[in-house]
Amino acid sequence: MTGKTGGLRRLPVPFYFLLCLLALHLTAIPATAGRTADREVLSNGLVLLHSEKTELPIVKVVVAVKAGSVVEPPSEPGLSNLTADLLNEGTAKRTSRQISDEIEFVGGQLSISGGRDYVTVSLTVLKKDVELGFDLLSDIIIHPSFSRDEIGRRKAIIKSSILRQKEDPGTIASKAFLKTVYGKHPYGRPVEGTEESLDSISRRDIVDFHDRYYAPNNAIMAVVGDLDRKETVSLINRHFRDWRRKDISGGVPEAPRPAKGRKVIRIDRNITQANIILGHLGIKRDNPDYYAVSVMNYILGGGGFASRLMDNIRDNRGLAYDVRSHFSADRYAGGFQVQLQTKNSSANTAIDEVFRELKRIRSKPVTDRELSDAKAYLTGSFPLRIDSISKMAGFLVAVEFYGLGLDYADRYSGFINSVTREDVLKVARRYLHPGDCVLVVVGDMKKALLRY
Amino acid sequence: MKVFRNLLAVLLIMAPVCAHAVNAREYRLDNGLKLLIVEDHKAPTATFQVWYRVGSRDENIGETGLSHLLEHMMFKGTSTRGPKTFSQAIQRAGGWDNAFTTREYTAYFEMISSDRIGLPISLEADRMRNLVLTPAAVLSERDVVMEERRLRYEDDPQNLLFMEVLAAAFNSHPYRWPVIGWKSDLKTLKPAELASYYRTYYAPNNAVIIVVGDVKPEEVLSAVRKSFGEIPRGPAIAESAAGEDEQYGEKRIYIRKEAELPAVLSVYKVPGIRDEDAYALDVLATVLSEGKSSRIYRSIVYDKQLALSAWASYEGMYRDPFLFMTGGTAAGGKNIEDVEKAILDEIERIKKEPPSGREVQKAKNQIEASFVMGQDSIYMQARMIGAFEMIGGWRLLDTYLEGIRKVSPEEVSRVARKYLVPERKTTGILIPLKKGAGL
Repeated sequence: MTGKTGGLRRLPVPFYFLLCLLALHLTAIPATAGRTADREVLSNGLVLLHSEKTELPIVKVVVAVKAGSVVEPPSEPGLSNLTADLLNEGTAKRTSRQISDEIEFVGGQLSISGGRDYVTVSLTVLKKDVELGFDLLSDIIIHPSFSRDEIGRRKAIIKSSILRQKEDPGTIASKAFLKTVYGKHPYGRPVEGTEESLDSISRRDIVDFHDRYYAPNNAIMAVVGDLDRKETVSLINRHFRDWRRKDISGGVPEAPRPAKGRKVIRIDRNITQANIILGHLGIKRDNPDYYAVSVMNYILGGGGFASRLMDNIRDNRGLAYDVRSHFSADRYAGGFQVQLQTKNSSANTAIDEVFRELKRIRSKPVTDRELSDAKAYLTGSFPLRIDSISKMAGFLVAVEFYGLGLDYADRYSGFINSVTREDVLKVARRYLHPGDCVLVVVGDMKKALLRY
Repeated sequence: MKVFRNLLAVLLIMAPVCAHAVNAREYRLDNGLKLLIVEDHKAPTATFQVWYRVGSRDENIGETGLSHLLEHMMFKGTSTRGPKTFSQAIQRAGGWDNAFTTREYTAYFEMISSDRIGLPISLEADRMRNLVLTPAAVLSERDVVMEERRLRYEDDPQNLLFMEVLAAAFNSHPYRWPVIGWKSDLKTLKPAELASYYRTYYAPNNAVIIVVGDVKPEEVLSAVRKSFGEIPRGPAIAESAAGEDEQYGEKRIYIRKEAELPAVLSVYKVPGIRDEDAYALDVLATVLSEGKSSRIYRSIVYDKQLALSAWASYEGMYRDPFLFMTGGTAAGGKNIEDVEKAILDEIERIKKEPPSGREVQKAKNQIEASFVMGQDSIYMQARMIGAFEMIGGWRLLDTYLEGIRKVSPEEVSRVARKYLVPERKTTGILIPLKKGAGL
């Protein structure tokens, strides 16, 4: 949505993705729509979440399969993503071209997204085309053919896109940060793999990975839109009846080890800005402090112009266009990071100010006003987080995956409103570690002259 | 992946209306302020948007970037409410806000629970009238914009290519400079210029309010009248008379910059959506480039494996003739000349031989379906209405899909032959400075 010819936003897009779209991250974990969705575990183990919305003749289906990069072998980074990427590149009865031509002829969309914890396969179609949509959706999930020809193509494309990422200083910084913070934990690996690791993945590896993890009892399906419950179940029964339950085994990855002391990574590039990420490990999604951390992070750097980091570094000093902090609270681990971009010569000052804000929120309680503002936003904005078919479908998947329960909507405000100033101070001290952190700077080192 | 595909292109794809015609209620206050309201009761939320008819096309040489900088300043505070209050107040009410500036317009929006829509109404009215523009605050925000410019353009080789190609394509029309402005102009900016810009363009007779969501039109009208009704009409604003002279052959530019993959961008001057040829140009871009079954993807990314991405896009949401674009990023180890030639081959092919009836029908289905799907979002509905309103009236929405439906395969070929010619074309090539990255 950002435009090169249009759309220069006052805030970068990621900020409002955090604020408004469903995400797996702290600022955005929304409350649920318990009253408008129902849940059922089908006989093959598939968890179905269904919400009927009849205002538009559209159906959106999101299938989340717990086959993200977290379960791939450490020796084969990129296997999960490559497997997902190949789903719509040919099945037992359709070629790659037939799949795209059939769905695009009716103006529908069939898209796939890799991820750490799960991969998603999404379908959006007009109601009149829902039969075709389900046929294609089930075909690509259950019967992908993984032809050698297509594997070669997709590997080449992913390798080129890895090259392209190296043109983006923010991505370079982020990859270095995750690798250092998470170490050997799967979250430290790039989901797309590396140029070398992709070469080592064989067709056998892909077929085995699909056989092992793509199972109904390892998946969540959200169906939202102009379909009633009976129609939904009938479509699933007809198109997914071949999808058989499997034994899914797999352990939990060993927890990553927190850093001791400050570790600084400098990456020299001939660019005008220092791209800075500073942070460390955070919390998992099931941590009971999650809600106090949400409030604390909103005040520190998650709340846009209401946050201390934005006020200090952008509004008062004019040092950056975008500065924010973020806790990514995922299933098996979590991270905390502050990120900003500033002209190379301002890098030291900006980092000084980040440390100053981290220390401030750890040393003194936030004000009553800051606390009440944060609560008002977090609780008051939840209707915006589920006000479309698309948002609702993604939201239902996350509620199920993180085990939040369909009554989460009713409980969310209570969790947030019970947070006190003391809680905020406590979690700031417990989960922010300015002395033990990773600092990544991608920029022109001759101009940045880092003191860190 | 369409790296250059921007919102306006998306809007255009979503634009057509027929079966689901947009049902906006239109009002106008005595001071000239226009108000468009669409009721949408899917969820208890609403968007409130104020669109000003001013963008970088209204700027002058030596003073580029004013529209966008003023957009930033609109969040800095008013004489009545003080500094740092706007977004904070919206967020306190559980809403969020932002803004965007384009070549044609500048728009501000809030997303909020519909029962709280009174808040953005009063806040937007306040900043239409009472903005504080102290020189110190302007210069500090100018520094923020310089950082934004570094982030978006100076350190992003493909965006830089885009900026340079547009600057080469247009001679006399203000479309040539980037919305964010030239660096040299931002450096020498005088805060007084910005104050004068604000006084000229930020007036009710130069603005349109768009509301979409779970609202009662009479209530919104009454609240808008109460907050905005007292703001006096500003002086009439002269339509900018910018034009573009004819071109005498293809122009080419090269960008040498640290990068990994070479890229090509070709732009052709074409009329905007008020022209009868717009429908066929939109179908042409869709046949060439929409989805993995489209011609350019199939041929260049899939079959020949020359490119990481390749695409075409019709940018018709402009008041004056703008551009049809094609582009591509070479795959690792491939030559950009081959990508450029392959794209050109597809264009020559469609000039000679009309697309099949099925391809054209698919394109029409894609355009129609994406319009319906776009209505899932109240924000996108409002943006679509606003974009049409700014270039000629929101009612153009109602005729657009009818126009699309009438396009024949022969017309697609005809507009390709008419417009995709060297006399309308400018091409830019990004040459990576890094060793061994192709080319």
